Amino acid sequence: MIGSLAVRSLRRHRARTALALAGIAISSAMLLDMVMMSSGMRVSFQRLLEARGFQLRLSPRGTLPFDGEATLGGAQALVAALAREPDVIAVAPVLGGTVHHPRGDGAQTAFGLGIDPGVQGDYTLVAGRDAQGPLEVVMNRAFLATTGVRLGDTVSLAAAYDPQLRSFSGLRTVTVTGEARFTYLAAGQAAVAFPLATLQAMRGADGADRLSLVMLRLRDGADPDSVGARIERAQPRVTALSTRKAVQQAEERLGYFRQLALVLGSISLVVGFLLVTTIVTVSVNERLGEIAVLRAIGVGAGRVASQVMLEGLVLATAGATLGLGLGLVTAQWLNAILSGFPSLPEHIAFFVFEPGDAFASLGLLVVTGFVAGALPAWRAARLPIARTLRTEAIA
Amino acid sequence: MSAERPVVLATRAVERSYQLGGETVRAVRGISLEVRAGDWVALVGPSGCGKSTMLNLLGAIDRPTAGAVEIRGRDTATLSDREATRLRLTEVGFVFQRFYLMPQLSAFENVELPMAEAKVATAERRARVMELLDYVGLARRAQHRPSELSGGEQQRVAIARALANRPAFLLADEPTGELDAATGADVIRLLARLNADGTTLVVVTHDDTLARAARRVVTLRDGQVVSDGAPGAPP
Ligand SMILES: Nc1ncnc2c1ncn2[C@@H]1O[C@H](COP(=O)(O)OP(=O)(O)O)[C@@H](O)[C@H]1O
Ligand SMILES: [Mg+2]
Repeated sequence: MIGSLAVRSLRRHRARTALALAGIAISSAMLLDMVMMSSGMRVSFQRLLEARGFQLRLSPRGTLPFDGEATLGGAQALVAALAREPDVIAVAPVLGGTVHHPRGDGAQTAFGLGIDPGVQGDYTLVAGRDAQGPLEVVMNRAFLATTGVRLGDTVSLAAAYDPQLRSFSGLRTVTVTGEARFTYLAAGQAAVAFPLATLQAMRGADGADRLSLVMLRLRDGADPDSVGARIERAQPRVTALSTRKAVQQAEERLGYFRQLALVLGSISLVVGFLLVTTIVTVSVNERLGEIAVLRAIGVGAGRVASQVMLEGLVLATAGATLGLGLGLVTAQWLNAILSGFPSLPEHIAFFVFEPGDAFASLGLLVVTGFVAGALPAWRAARLPIARTLRTEAIA
Repeated sequence: MSAERPVVLATRAVERSYQLGGETVRAVRGISLEVRAGDWVALVGPSGCGKSTMLNLLGAIDRPTAGAVEIRGRDTATLSDREATRLRLTEVGFVFQRFYLMPQLSAFENVELPMAEAKVATAERRARVMELLDYVGLARRAQHRPSELSGGEQQRVAIARALANRPAFLLADEPTGELDAATGADVIRLLARLNADGTTLVVVTHDDTLARAARRVVTLRDGQVVSDGAPGAPP
């Protein structure tokens, strides 16, 4: 009965309650988004690295995968040696670099990847079929769209272009067999994937038997870091980077994001607290007479206080629930905007919903709302009954 | 014969002063009174003479600064806040000048509230609410909110609420103070019927009609009793 008084007193002032709820919803949406951001890039980066099931990446000693132009020689021997490693179940060699498509008077550039179509971790086919013959390629939508090429068409691609002489070297005419989505590229970046040997041959001496990166899939239960250490000992020319370490390195660089998220999240929490306190205080103030009467007719101080606290709890819970929806929509919208962020993989997300964290933060907001009701509740419970009846009767 | 009826309310040289700035306002100064079961006492006197203060002391919502107030033999000064609250819930029925019903509750729920608070079983309290609303003539208005009732009707609901837990006595502070003569008369008739049925009443009033309806009129001036007797008797 007393409980229903709390809800009904909120319903009594619909407009005010609605405004307060909107405010609480916005602050909890903000809190949720900040929590989603604080771990979002890490989680999303990790998902991206794990997307195609490779746990270890090898690059030329002292470089990060695709950090520069450096390549490794002796590719065939290296791949064969890696394949013999007991914990390695798949080896995906990659050679990366710019390729050029003759167009009018000049050339259009794209990112070219030489891969083993049988074991590759760089793209997902979305239409057509994989490149099988040496003169077959798959392209992404960005490349198809800018060149106007369709699946089944042939297209000229070169490994190098001299703009002074307008001459191409390593030129090949290849057939586009499929459309692919490249996992690690920024939005709008044109890309094409060749069989590794084709790209190596196109690059001549610069590409012969060379590669930029090797991705390794390990058997279940193998520890990527110790396999990596073993490989580094056996192959002194390479640096091995496990997904775990890569995520850790990224996380160190994302420290600012986390701090920002922490500060803004705390501010949202404080705003939520102040909103609930304000509304509940106003609601108590305008009901002083009623509260004094309740106390006079024998309603306990604790019951009066819990009614007021309940009001705060209802506000905070309803606000947090609305905020959950609002926060998810906002996060999606921001992710969509940020997916066009230059030089970041298109599929990396800034905001990632992790139920545990999200519900913990909204739970915190609900607890905050409950606590926010404590001060007005305490005032209501301590109200001097006779004096309040007197002043309210005069008022 | 009044001597045989038990004393339900007694004050002994009760005082209540307030500190106002540097000054002490002595609102009640040394009043001794006894109210017996079945009495109907009207507390009258000029504004500011201490009537409301006295009523608050009698109902254990305020404590005396000196002297004692006893409700059915229990000294209110010895009660904890929790005990005083419980006492008000079960032994005291309060009616205020403004009707002070909970605006968000129906008439039914307003009357039910003190019983719910006293943990009376649902079926029993439903029956009692209807009995009380019937008694005050508002059974058909049970589902109406206070805002949908007239002032006199609201005051009758407030009286029903005050009676909910079968209190030892009813305290009313200017119960007709905000009503016009006709609806005020309804409330006075209801109080008279209650008293005839055995309810002990202490009523603070400015209203001559209400004071004349009482069996005993206590007149206060400056926090002291200046006369105590049957209505119309010379002071
Ligand atoms: N809480 C209070 N603080 C200070 N003075 C008070 C308070 N309550 C009552 N008084 C004073 O006590 C006197 C008696 O007041 P009250 O009992 O309300 O009179 P009545 O009900 O007879 O009009 C008045 O002078 C009033 O100003
Ligand atoms: Mg008064």
